[in-house]
Formats: sequence, structure tokens, C-alpha cells
Amino acid sequence: MTAAAVRVTGVTRVFAGAGREVVALEDVDLTVAPGEFVSLIGPSGCGKSTLLRLIADLDAPSAGTVEVFGRPAREARLSRDYGIAFQQAGLLPWRTVRANIELPLALAGVGRGARRERADHLLDLVGLADFAGQFPDQLSGGMQQRVAIARALADEPSLLLMDEPFGALDEMTREHLQTQLLRICAENRAAVVFVTHSIPEAVFLSDRVVVMSARPGRVREDIAVRLDRSAVAGAGLDSASDDLRADAGFFAHVARVRAALHGTPSLAVAGDTVAEDAVRGGAA
Amino acid sequence: MAAALGAVALLATVWELYKAAGPAQGWSLGQTRILPRTSDLAMPHTWDMLQRLVEPITGARDAAPLWRAVLDAGAVSLGIAAVGWAIGVGVGLLIAVAMQRLRVVERAVLPLVILSQTVPLIALAPLVRSWGSRLEIGSLEWAPWMSVAVIASYLAFFPVAVGALRGLQSPSAIQTELMHAYGAGWWTTLLHLRAPAAVPHVLPALRLAAANAVIGTVVAEVATGLPGGLGRMILELANFAGSDPAKPWAPIFGAVVLGLLAAGIVTALGAGLARFRRMEASA
Amino acid sequence: MSGPAAARGPGRSAVRSGLAATLPPVALLGFLLLGWHLAVTLGDVPAFVLPGPVDIAANLRELAGPVTGAALVTGRNAAVGLVVGAVLGIGLAVLSSALRPADRLAAPVVTALAVVPIVALAPVLYSMYGAASEQARVIVAGLAVFVPVYVNTLTGLRQVAPVHRDLMRALAASPVQVARTVTVPTALPFVFTGLRMASSLAVISAIVAEYFGGPRSGIGSFITTAAAGSDYAQAWAYVVGGIVVGLVFYAATAVAEHLTARRSIGASTLAGLSA
Repeated sequence: MTAAAVRVTGVTRVFAGAGREVVALEDVDLTVAPGEFVSLIGPSGCGKSTLLRLIADLDAPSAGTVEVFGRPAREARLSRDYGIAFQQAGLLPWRTVRANIELPLALAGVGRGARRERADHLLDLVGLADFAGQFPDQLSGGMQQRVAIARALADEPSLLLMDEPFGALDEMTREHLQTQLLRICAENRAAVVFVTHSIPEAVFLSDRVVVMSARPGRVREDIAVRLDRSAVAGAGLDSASDDLRADAGFFAHVARVRAALHGTPSLAVAGDTVAEDAVRGGAA
Repeated sequence: MAAALGAVALLATVWELYKAAGPAQGWSLGQTRILPRTSDLAMPHTWDMLQRLVEPITGARDAAPLWRAVLDAGAVSLGIAAVGWAIGVGVGLLIAVAMQRLRVVERAVLPLVILSQTVPLIALAPLVRSWGSRLEIGSLEWAPWMSVAVIASYLAFFPVAVGALRGLQSPSAIQTELMHAYGAGWWTTLLHLRAPAAVPHVLPALRLAAANAVIGTVVAEVATGLPGGLGRMILELANFAGSDPAKPWAPIFGAVVLGLLAAGIVTALGAGLARFRRMEASA
Repeated sequence: MSGPAAARGPGRSAVRSGLAATLPPVALLGFLLLGWHLAVTLGDVPAFVLPGPVDIAANLRELAGPVTGAALVTGRNAAVGLVVGAVLGIGLAVLSSALRPADRLAAPVVTALAVVPIVALAPVLYSMYGAASEQARVIVAGLAVFVPVYVNTLTGLRQVAPVHRDLMRALAASPVQVARTVTVPTALPFVFTGLRMASSLAVISAIVAEYFGGPRSGIGSFITTAAAGSDYAQAWAYVVGGIVVGLVFYAATAVAEHLTARRSIGASTLAGLSA
């Protein structure tokens, strides 16, 4: 059996606040299979970003273990097992778009030629081939975020960690990038852990939506999303994703995640049957 | 450029107008003279100052023109200031990197660095004179000009240390976490992230350091009595205020040009780093 | 510097954070002084290079009267220069922010003044005002003060956020109201940053101007005299006097800033000093 992309076991994270302790995460378990797209969603303060940071080894748990591809998170980070993108693009302003994408490769000691080749491929992938020589301040916010995603993919990671990467973008850019992300993931077959506070975004992108509750941060529900995304993932056409977003199954899943977020499980069960009916109906 | 010329013309006009209209003994409030005397001895005409530059420095037959002597002295001062600047920049950068590397160093050193500039330690300059030729460090015999360079470097290091520390600490949390996520160590992060990010903060600091090095050099030349440079020349020609009032102005013009030149050279050196001054547009 | 901050916060944590800020530099300073003392006594450093701190302290006790007198003269020159330079700097900055031509004329002069050794003017000022006058030193200090005060004030006046300006416009506020509610509070931290830098410059300039001639009255002139007479410990005693004057000026502006700033606006010491 191959190791899970991410295995979080009994993780608790306590922050020492001013005078009192804040429990950001309490006894959280999470497993992400290779190639699986998992979204973390919940109200602010539910610890979804903290959980992502623990997986990335940007922070250490107070209790419990975090494994990435069968080894401790720290080892995984040092061997560059994952790529990461944040809400802000965080590009280096003095590097061109191409040099920004090449940065992780340069740090890994990849030679100039191989770096160039990989960057060319990634520039095509995110549709920025014409902007390779530009500097970040010459790009729009959406384009900067695409560069950040390309950079996260530079090392060909089998795991992609994304912390609200589209959170600062307008709705139209956001939906377009979601479509592109599905296509890119289908090409790369990487597992993704995706933090968001948008229900439609989580449903549209994910194989599983993990709904979390706040104070203390816990996993409340783990919802499997079954939608046929092949049309979107194949060509990355916005029209195909518009169809998917208008699909009854899509709405049913959105309703179910929303119910889980608001803590009404009875509705969620009803939503589940509706969703499965819709999927069956769509496939027929 | 036009504005600069306009400003110079304005200053000269104010000078001449006051000289023509002001009271000969100046204007005093009680015992304190608030406005200066307007005699030709106290305030020579601006054109006399300029004309004096092209006349010979002394009455001797083969004396060189005054501007030539100012130029030679300026070159000496510029050389010393450059050495002081280089030492100051090196020390300043080292301190900044050490402060960035270790929080405890920053907490201990930074207040003292700031303190070092609030106290007039340049008052030490006359004392450093006594080091001249009496001090030997290993095989190196301490030359008087080295004292001047040390004082200049003391004034130069401060803006560099503070500016570079600010620059090294300027990367956002996202950028530093990215480097952490790539498993980059402290050195790699310094090289790829902190150092380039520091450039916009360091360039103005380098320019300020150049100006400070020039000031330190001129003052230290006066305080240590080092001959050959502009500082000493300012002091020597001040003795002619009573007999040849336009003459003392020549080395002062020289000092002004020296300051502008030093700042200009550093600015020109920084022009090659223009791309590090880009800022990321907000998304 | 951390005293007021520690006193303001309630409870033990404020005291502890004050201590955490003060302890490292004080410990380092003590360590340096001890090292200095040991180096001089054990390492046989000749007095012309560096007299020991104990010698200097003894001389300072002996010369307390003359050192205080000299410090008062230099302090007065620096104080008058600071006030005059600050008033001119703030006034011209207000003018420059309001009138475009004034800004265009002043910009090159200020840029030049910032990189030029202003003290070099001292000798000709002595001849303009008379060699017995302290006025040359006041003017040198005032010019040195003018630059950072003008630059920082102008920066501060231009910091007003567009959203605040729009808000004032929408509220039909009068120019005086705009100045009182938005412009002055925004610019004030910057003005004080300039003043804090200027306070040290005023003292340094007043001392250094004494090296260039004029009456034998202040710290700088006595340092020169003592050094010329090879009385190094005495010269150092005057240096300590100058250091005290510098610290008093810095502390005075820092306290004035603290009293004026009702809320900390985040213009940290560090940000100010390299601005």
C-alpha cells in the first residue's frame, strides 16, 4: 500500500495568548490520498490555515503527528515534497515572472537549462508565456496569483498546499482560475489541500470537503463530493465550468456543505440523497 | 536642474540685496547680533568670490590659481572620505546582518548604535590626533590620515547599519515562509530574499553614509590638524578674512562640491540596481 | 527610553517587557566599560590612545564646575539653533506643501544641504558676526536642524490618506478643520521623527563648529585646548560633558514626542532614524 499524501493524527495546536491559551486545533485527524483534492472550510478561527501550516511544517503541533508521504512534515519540507501558495502571491518584485517561477528550482540546485525548460512548460500551463520577461508590478492581481501557482508547481510536487489562493481576487477572475486549477491538477495528478471560506469554490474544486468548527478547531464533517468534472479538467473551458456550476448536483452539494457549516446534520443527510440522485440523474 | 539654478540665483540675490540694504553693523537685539554685518570684509560680493577662484592663490609669481589648490585639496579629502565610507559601509552591513541573524544581538546592539549617534562622539576627533605616528599596530605604522578615515567611518556606518537592518527585515511573512517551505537555510534566504529586498533601503543609506563620510573627513581634518585636505584649507584661509575676504569662500565652495560629488557618485553606483527597487503591485 | 512605556502599561508583564528591552543594551554597555577598564589597566594602553574610565571619572569630578559651564554654553547654542531651525523647517515645509513653486525651489537646496558639510560655513560666519560671537555656532546648528525637520515634516504633510481627504471633502470641512482633524495628526509623528534626529545634530554641530574658531567658551573649544596640551583625561572629561548634553537633548525630544502622541502610530524609532 502506498503512503497517504498527508496523514494528520490526533493533532492539537495551542497558542499561548496574552494571559490565556487559545486552542486553535483539538484532536484533528485528516488523511489525504495521493492525487486527491481536499478543501478545508470553516468559520474564521476554526484553525484551517493553522492545519495547513502544520502540514507545511511552517508551524509545529503541540500534540499529535503530521506525516507527508509517510515521513515527518519536516523531512518532507526539506526534501521539497510539496508546493505552496498563499492568499498573497508573495512574488519577489525584483525577479521577472520567469525568474520567480524558477526560484524553487534554483534553490534546489537545478541546472539552468532544465530550469528554463520547466519554466517554459509552466508558463504555458498558466497561460503566461507572453509575460515571461515582465516584472510582478506589471501584472494584474490574477496574473500574479497564476505566477504563484506556477511557482508552487515548479518542483513537480505530488502535494500542493494552497491557503485561500484566490481569496483576494474578484469573482470573475476567481472562477476562471478555479477552472484553470482543475485542469492543471488533472495534468499534474498532485494531491491538493486547499483552504477556503467559499462554499461554491470548495464544492467546485474538491473530491472531499472537510468542514471545520471553531473554538476549539475541530473537524465537524467530511463530505465526499461526486461531480463529473471531466469536461472542465480536460480542456479548461470556462463554458464547461459554467455548466457544472449550474448543475443540480453542484447546488445540492453546496446546500449540504452549508448545512454542515451551520451545524444542522439532519438537513445534510437529506442533501446527500438529493446530491446522489442528481449525480445519477446527470450520468444517465 | 533649472530649479537648482533658480535656487542658487535666489540665494545670491538675497545675499546681495541684504548686503546693499542691510545696516553696516548688522542688527542686534541687546548684546546678540541677529543679522550679520554687511561690510565687504564680512560679506564679500558674490562675484568677488567667484573671481577670486581664478586668481592666483598668493602674490608669488608662479602661484597656481586658487581653484587649482581647492581641487587638489578636495581630491585628498575625497580619497580619505572614500576609505572612511568603505570601512563604515562594511562595518554597518556586518552589524546589520548580525542583528538580523540573532535577535539578542539586535536587542543589545541596536539601542547602543542609536545611542552612538545621539552622543557627539565626534568630539573625540581632537584626541585621535595624538594617535598620529605614535601608534603601531603590528607592522602597520599608523598614519595621521588613517585617524581621519576612522572618524569618517564612524559617521558613515550608522545610516548603513540601521537602513540595512530595516531592509533585511523588510520581506513579508509570506516571502520568508516560502523560503522556509523550500527548505532554504539562513544563508540561502539572505542571498535570494533578504539581501535583494534590502537594496531599496540600503541605497539611500549609502548616499547618506557618503555625505556623512565627507562631513566626518572635513571635521576630522580640522580637529586633527591633518594638512593637505579641504578641512585644513578652510581653517587656514579663514585667516585671510580680514585682508582677502573672498578667499575663505573658495574651500567652502570646494566642500559643497565635494559633498554633492560624493552623494552623486554613490547615486550613480546605485543606478545599476534599479530593478531591486521594484515593488509588488497589490493584488 | 523604556521607562515611560513600562510605567504606562498595567501589571507585571509591562515591567517585564520593559526590563527585556533595557537589560541587553545595559548589560552590553557595562560589559564594554569593564572591557575598556581591563584593557587599559592590564593591557597597558598608553593614555594618549585611551585613558581608562576610572581616570576619566576622577577628572570629571575634579572639573565638574568648568565642564558644566562649557556644557551650558554649548547647550544654549544648540537649543537656540534647534528652536530656530525647527520653526523655519516646519514653516517652510507647510509653505512647500501648499505652494508648488516653493517646493520646486526648496527641493534642490535641501537636497544639497543634506549632503554638504554645513560646519564648513563656520569660519565665514565667524567673520560675518564677529569672532567673539556665539551666533555662528547657533546658525550652523540651526542649518543642520533645518534639513531633517523640513524633510520629515513635508513627508508627513503628504501622508494624508486619500480616503481621509475625500471624507473631509464630503463633510464640507473648512481648511482649519481639515488641518486640525486630519493633516496635523497625520504629520505630527513625522515632525517628531525629524526633531529627534535634529536634536542630536544640533548638539554635534554646535560642538564641531567650535573646532573652526570663535570664542573659547564651549565643550568643543575646551576639548581642543586640552588635547593640544596633551591632557587627555581632561579632554575626555569634556567629551563626557558633551555626551551628557547630547543625551539630554535626545531625551527631551523623546519625552515631548511621548506627551504629544496620544496614540502610538507605529512610527518606530528605527523607521524614523533611517528615513
